[in-house]
Amino acid sequence: MFNAITGLNQKVSNFPGTTVDYKWADIGNTRIIDLPGTYSIYPKSGDEHVTVSTILGQKTGFEPDKIIVVADASNLKRSLLLCLQVIDLGLPTVLALNMLDVAAQKHIQVNAVELSNLLGIPVVEINARKKQGIDILEQTVSDLKVPTKVFYQINPAIIEFLEELKIVINTGNIYKDLVMAHQVSNASHAKQNIARVFSKYEFETGKLQARETVERFKQIDEILIECISKTAHVADRSNFADKVITHKVWGLLIFFGLLFVMFQSIFWLARWPMELIELGFDNLSSYILHQFPNTMWSDLVANGVLAGVSGVLVFVPQIMILFSLLTLLEDSGYMARVSFIMDRLMRSFGLNGKSVVPLIGGMACAVPSIMATRNIENVRDRLITIMVIPLMSCSARLPVYVLLIGLIVPDTQVWGVFSMQGLVMLGMYLVGFVAALLVALVFKIILKQNNKNYFILEMPAYKWPTINNVSLVVWSRVKVFVKEAGLIILCVSVILWFLGSYGPGDKLEQVEKKYSQSIYKDSTSAQAQMQAEKLEASYAGHFGKWIEPAIRPLGFDWKIGIALLSSFAAREVFVGTMSAIYSIGDGEGHQSLKHKMQAEVDTLTGKPRYSMATVWSLMFFYAFALQCTSTIAVVYRETKSWRWPVLQIIILTGMAYLTSLAIYQLFS
Amino acid sequence: MYLSELKKGETAVIEAIEADDLLAKLFEMGCVPGEKVKMVLIAPFGDPVAIQVAGYTLAMRMQEAAKVRIRKDSFSAQNFKL
Repeated sequence: MFNAITGLNQKVSNFPGTTVDYKWADIGNTRIIDLPGTYSIYPKSGDEHVTVSTILGQKTGFEPDKIIVVADASNLKRSLLLCLQVIDLGLPTVLALNMLDVAAQKHIQVNAVELSNLLGIPVVEINARKKQGIDILEQTVSDLKVPTKVFYQINPAIIEFLEELKIVINTGNIYKDLVMAHQVSNASHAKQNIARVFSKYEFETGKLQARETVERFKQIDEILIECISKTAHVADRSNFADKVITHKVWGLLIFFGLLFVMFQSIFWLARWPMELIELGFDNLSSYILHQFPNTMWSDLVANGVLAGVSGVLVFVPQIMILFSLLTLLEDSGYMARVSFIMDRLMRSFGLNGKSVVPLIGGMACAVPSIMATRNIENVRDRLITIMVIPLMSCSARLPVYVLLIGLIVPDTQVWGVFSMQGLVMLGMYLVGFVAALLVALVFKIILKQNNKNYFILEMPAYKWPTINNVSLVVWSRVKVFVKEAGLIILCVSVILWFLGSYGPGDKLEQVEKKYSQSIYKDSTSAQAQMQAEKLEASYAGHFGKWIEPAIRPLGFDWKIGIALLSSFAAREVFVGTMSAIYSIGDGEGHQSLKHKMQAEVDTLTGKPRYSMATVWSLMFFYAFALQCTSTIAVVYRETKSWRWPVLQIIILTGMAYLTSLAIYQLFS
Repeated sequence: MYLSELKKGETAVIEAIEADDLLAKLFEMGCVPGEKVKMVLIAPFGDPVAIQVAGYTLAMRMQEAAKVRIRKDSFSAQNFKL
């Protein structure tokens, strides 16, 4: 609905907890704020807290002037709880009645006029998906007035309590005083005064809220009798689907089957667009090198910029497929079922059914997924989930895996249907997942459980995903990938081109002089030899050599060292860096990066540089290491301390180093 | 008896919730005394379970269901309407 009013394109989905932060848009001199859904004015989790503190004006520093409460007409009873509470806060409120089509399917008719009379606020029928009724809603909002009714009934037992509370908090609205008092006494830095008033009258916030809820539901029942008519009860379409999807055998089979199909299709469907992009860029850079005079600039464009850009763009098809499939699952309502069937399993590892969706989301990107953990009420479960999400193989690792798997795994088919490379890729994703579970288990043993631990989750009705929303999500994701990752990769490639083409002193000239002697002329192997020596003599070479001792035991040489360091900006930079390193000074014969890496020979052993042991070691390093500055930043923001991100860096990168060490030492 | 003892397909009426920390949460999710519930789904490992309450499906763990005191519907399931 926010999208419909503002004309913006924000992601919507069919899983409780998709919106976890407030988003705003200015139209003229009006600011419209979209808030996460909440069941009541008393927040139970982080995302609900955002909503309530915004309504109370604590988050933004100013109270909202008007409030639009969006209600699900097919389930009006629960939606009205929050609506009544908001009305009692005394702010001008309108009720937007959404999902009337779903209600009609359930044979529920809502009399909006009667409802408006009973609530004392305007009620507008809308269809947010089809963007209907939005103009009427806007009209209603523009001349919205303070509600005419008050529903909160002061229980005689707490009159004295409320009077005394007034001394501490006095907003002029007695219900608002109460809501704010609840808020404060829930916080860790509870104001002692409020706590004292609460304890003096022996009111526990939980019980007080519960009593209010029961009273409100009684009022709601009375309202609903007047304005809702139900015809015969029909079995819900969701019910049959749920029987299969949450079935002991079928449920689990479907879940793992879906994951499997997802990875196979990432490889299969993306193959030819990827080849096309690669070919296009190779041709383009050869064209530039041949058409323009061989100057520093043409070299920079062809080998620095274009190598970097193609390194980014080539992964766009795979990212598109991954995000389309994930969004389809989210929109349909399937993700809530995944939480349901996986909760028992996740609990053994100190996680929670609600951890599953952020973990699966972690396969796309850790940053939004870490924010998505806000709907996990339990503090410990949430923390553990945050700590292990970066182990899930995110889309930034995809390019790295694709490149490395392409080096060592033959492009063959298993049983005629499955791609061998796809299977290995699935394996790498499983490695990340298993590692996440094991680390979670360790945390479960170390961290003590606090008292509040429950799993209560609404299972939304199934819906057909709209093409509109899926394409919206995919488009915005691709844009972010190309823009942010692309910019970093582009900068890094240009810097690397510079560092790789110039060196300290006159070492580079010495190499060139050496090979300009007549005996080396016309020999192609000597040409390649010269390029290698030139790179080694450059700044980049010196830098790589400097860190080589630390990574040599893992099977990495100084070239990988350069790529590793640049990867700390973002993982996918690895591929861009490798392309840049391998194409520097490469005047002729533009081969793809894969072929260049395959042809590379280890100068110490004379064997191929990218042996099985080295590549596996490298893949596991990328599977575990925390090489993402955005993740570190978001973990700091969500946990509000440096303790957890620092611990995370040490644990994950330490794991990466030790695993790679073990792999290389055992298999080389 | 308690919600955790309810078999799949059986219906009941909520009498009380016997856990202070769950009270507010379950109430606001619509599980208030007098409300009819129906056990609809049981997850692959026997836990969590999902009930139909107040016109929608709600999932909870057995440990939560064990705190919800219910009275079995004396009428047969055919009379059950949501």
